[in-house]
Amino acid sequence: MGIDRREFIRIAGLSTLLGLGGKGAFELLAPGRVEAEIIPTPGSMQAKRWAMVINQKKLYDATAQQCAAACHRVHNVPDFINPPDDKLKLNPAVAHRYQIKWLWTEHFHNAFPGDAPPHLAEKVEHMPFLVLCNHCANPPCVRVCPTKATFQREDGIVMMDMHRCIGCRFCMAGCPFGARSFNWRDPRPYVKEQYPGYPTREIGVVEKCTFCAERLAQGLQPACVEASGGAMVFGDLEDEKSQVREYLRKYFTIRRKAHLGTNPQVYYIV
Amino acid sequence: MADYKNEFGFFAERPKVEKKIFDRNKVIVGVVIFLAMITIPLWHNLGKTVAAPAPKLDTPAIQKLAEKDKKCVMPKEWMRANHMQMLVDWRDNVVRTKEQNVTTSRGREFVAPDGKQYLASLTNTCMECHSNKAQFCDQCHNYVAVAPNCWGCHLETGKKLVEAK
Amino acid sequence: MLEKALVGTKRYYGLLAILAGLFALGFLFYLKQLNVGLGITGMGRDVSWGLYISQFTYLVGVAASAVMVVLPYYLHNYKAFGRVTILGEFLAVAAVSMCVTFVLVDMGRPDRVFNVFKYPTPGSVMFWDIIVLNGYLVLNILIGWNVLECERHSMAPPKWVKFLSYVSIPWAVSIHTVTAFLYAGLPGRGYWLTAILAPRFLSSAFAAGPALLILLCLLVRKYSKFDPGKEQIQTLAKVVTYATLINVFFFFCEVFTVFYSQLPDHMAHFQYLFVGLDGKGQLVPLMWFSIVGMTLAALFLVNPKLRKNECTLAALCGLVIITTWLDKGLGLMTGGFVPNPMEQVTEYWPTAPEAIISLGVWAMGFLILTLLYKIAVSIKEEIKS
Repeated sequence: MGIDRREFIRIAGLSTLLGLGGKGAFELLAPGRVEAEIIPTPGSMQAKRWAMVINQKKLYDATAQQCAAACHRVHNVPDFINPPDDKLKLNPAVAHRYQIKWLWTEHFHNAFPGDAPPHLAEKVEHMPFLVLCNHCANPPCVRVCPTKATFQREDGIVMMDMHRCIGCRFCMAGCPFGARSFNWRDPRPYVKEQYPGYPTREIGVVEKCTFCAERLAQGLQPACVEASGGAMVFGDLEDEKSQVREYLRKYFTIRRKAHLGTNPQVYYIV
Repeated sequence: MADYKNEFGFFAERPKVEKKIFDRNKVIVGVVIFLAMITIPLWHNLGKTVAAPAPKLDTPAIQKLAEKDKKCVMPKEWMRANHMQMLVDWRDNVVRTKEQNVTTSRGREFVAPDGKQYLASLTNTCMECHSNKAQFCDQCHNYVAVAPNCWGCHLETGKKLVEAK
Repeated sequence: MLEKALVGTKRYYGLLAILAGLFALGFLFYLKQLNVGLGITGMGRDVSWGLYISQFTYLVGVAASAVMVVLPYYLHNYKAFGRVTILGEFLAVAAVSMCVTFVLVDMGRPDRVFNVFKYPTPGSVMFWDIIVLNGYLVLNILIGWNVLECERHSMAPPKWVKFLSYVSIPWAVSIHTVTAFLYAGLPGRGYWLTAILAPRFLSSAFAAGPALLILLCLLVRKYSKFDPGKEQIQTLAKVVTYATLINVFFFFCEVFTVFYSQLPDHMAHFQYLFVGLDGKGQLVPLMWFSIVGMTLAALFLVNPKLRKNECTLAALCGLVIITTWLDKGLGLMTGGFVPNPMEQVTEYWPTAPEAIISLGVWAMGFLILTLLYKIAVSIKEEIKS
């Protein structure tokens, strides 16, 4: 056999490349996709620009907690702070790190850092401000996602595709509102009651509020809006007759960190 | 073997090497071991048989259906070949539109060729009828040794979203 | 040339064994991380990037610093650096390998890494980071290997290798600029939202990288028959001096802008790092050590006597490496995430599994470095004899 090492490695390398390339080419040129016919559910909610107005004047502590609980229930959001089973109890610092929250309450100083004047009105000081993903019109999280796993829909919703997320957490770094959570461990044991209408998540993906896109598609209001007893209003910003536009005409509203230019679409009546 | 005369644009001569295999015996032993290991799947299970997959369709939901309605969203043979492709298509259309540049959901209703509409959902449509994952889905999946991780997120049992409010 | 890496002294094999052992240990813990999730690290909802990404950032700097030996040699014909370009390039290869591995280790779903290539997103800086990082790795492997092989056969490198060497110069600057752009374009993170972040990254890279290269050269001289050269080490020392001085100056610029303007959003991060915030300040002593040590190192390095004495030079280089690592490795990440966007303080400290996995990746990098350096040094020894 007259072959030297260099030739051998050359031939081996080329054949490996051809083999792998052949497989790749086959997959690329493989028989075409299924032409599925998918149409909107009759009665599904459509909008040009979804937005939310939260009337903090009508939002009491108990209601706010109910809104958050409703959201977390219908989305199988795990609870690490109060796990369903005592055996799963975690060190509080660890539970605080793992926590996943789509919708929760903060005080004014934390929801609107830098905007609180000294001697803030007592009522506002104690208000439970419901904070969530603002579905910004100019979202930095969408800009930074390397796979478009989080993307902006035409109707304004900043969506999460858990199938595509690689768990790089760049979007978490990019969000100026701290609205995103990551699955640091398997969430399923910590889900109190599995809600059948929505999946759970696996370890390693980012999740956040999606303005209940799956409920909107069925013609339902977002879970938190339903539970708020009228304190939260949700609708089409581009529709002059929508309730959100009515509220925005009637009341002065503020938004979180508006000066950053992300154009958040959750408005607060204080 | 060509001299590397022109590779570097320089006139250079590679030293002449006597062409032979060094450590021939060790190499042959190594090759034989390699071939034995790489063909293990072929000869290790010789003579053994594995039962053919027997997916069961006797779930309560299916038994409740009228005889003429006892069919899947697509014909059985088509489903057998393409159910994964269809699920991926459903996923791409429901979460994001198929074309990557259009960013909205096309909708959630799948229209079958026979005109019937179904909610495009693994848990709330497929698993509604096929609520026996271990006796149905896993039967074939285990046989061909595939492990689709859909159920890592998507729940095995579901109710229609509206009813479950 | 690979055969040069397979034979060596007992000490060489011992070093390889230790590094391989540490790598294996890190790998075992990584398997646990794949199983349980990234929750075994100290990261959390508020501090969502930690030790892994900070090591990646630091090592991109070290990798970029190879340009500091390549540029004078190829662009300005500084012949003396001809002896050490290969060492710089191989250091870059090892460093970039570690970078890529740290990114993989930090990913929540590494099984989906090809999504980045299947769904390219040119608007995302991370997409470009992956491209330039892998490109730089390939560049340095091609250039280093070919130049070394040509040297072995006493011939000039072919034109295409020289062309790639020229390409690697702006590419080196770009890898660290792109990495800085990961941080510098995020509107919600005041600590990183500064135009000087990319220049600061480059200055600390050009301080830490050549400092590490000096230490490696001293080790090579001690444990082999190849001497990188006194003049080469002195020139590198001058690079380290200027870069460290500039780095300290850039830090001072940042402190001035933040504290003279009195912007609360930006001050809060510096306050957490240097005096503590809300009663929490576990990084305070480390950050002061970092900045004071870096300043002292820079000032001492100005003294030519301390540079010429290779013992003091080695000590000062070590100090530069440690202080820049504290600044970029610990301070950058935690400072960016603390306080969080709701102005709450959640502290971060790596857990043991996290540290062991990181150590495993470092061991992998040094393993690659040892193997490549063995090849380079053996070839150089062979040429001399």
